[in-house]
Amino acid sequence: MLITRRAEFSASHVCSQPQLTPEQNRQIYGAAANPSGHGHNYVLEVTLEGDPDPATGMVFDLKKLKDVIQQTVIEPMDHRFLNHEVPPFDKIVPTTENLAAEIWNRLQPHFDSARARLRNVRLYETEDLYVDYAGNPS
Amino acid sequence: MMRVTRRYRFAASHRLHSAQFSEQENRELYGKCNNPYGHGHDYVLEVTAAGPLDPASGQVVHILDLDRLVSEQVLRDFDHKYLNADLNEFQTLVPTSENIMRVIERRLQTHWPESFPGKWPRLETIRLRETKRNLFELRP
Repeated sequence: MLITRRAEFSASHVCSQPQLTPEQNRQIYGAAANPSGHGHNYVLEVTLEGDPDPATGMVFDLKKLKDVIQQTVIEPMDHRFLNHEVPPFDKIVPTTENLAAEIWNRLQPHFDSARARLRNVRLYETEDLYVDYAGNPS
Repeated sequence: MMRVTRRYRFAASHRLHSAQFSEQENRELYGKCNNPYGHGHDYVLEVTAAGPLDPASGQVVHILDLDRLVSEQVLRDFDHKYLNADLNEFQTLVPTSENIMRVIERRLQTHWPESFPGKWPRLETIRLRETKRNLFELRP
């Protein structure tokens, strides 16, 4: 069975690579390369997979899931400028792809029990753009 | 491997009517959608590209290139059009959502290598929402 919990956070970012010229960054990232930054209301969907515990009837304690998302993602990222305040985005570009992978890496250690495992992270940057990540970058 | 999904919109009208059936059969088969004057929808198109994360750019797909491809190959011809009359493909094909998906898939696949000449990203899924209650999905 799959269970999905949704959470939101608002943050600002700049997408640019320091070794490229402003013109090159503009070509790759468009308006997102504006050096002063800009913000989004990110929507995060965290999906766990597992069989319900016969005693509790739950795949995973949803309150615990909410707390993990809160502590590992929302508190450090909400109302922050990602490039300046949230490592590793001082060193890597905070694209939606990199942000989804970072969120996966932060969440993954909390769901290694036999019963429930992290199945997918979906991150909406806007209503019209989202990234799905299920681990294993290649 | 990561999947990136981008949502687009177009407004178009269509009429479901197949030359292979009689007037009566068409009415029974397609119901209101067979109305001779046609009718319209605000279609929502979702295009999913899949591939490895490029470490330099932090991207799976260059969104601006995807936008250009979808805009030139789909939105320009579909948006604010009467599909039956304005698109060549639907001179012979009933513009059901299923057939619209096949036409969009063919157009995107044909021109995909011009926008994305490498092995990645590849076109993974196309979803078309005709109304809030009708969602069609195609995996090429």
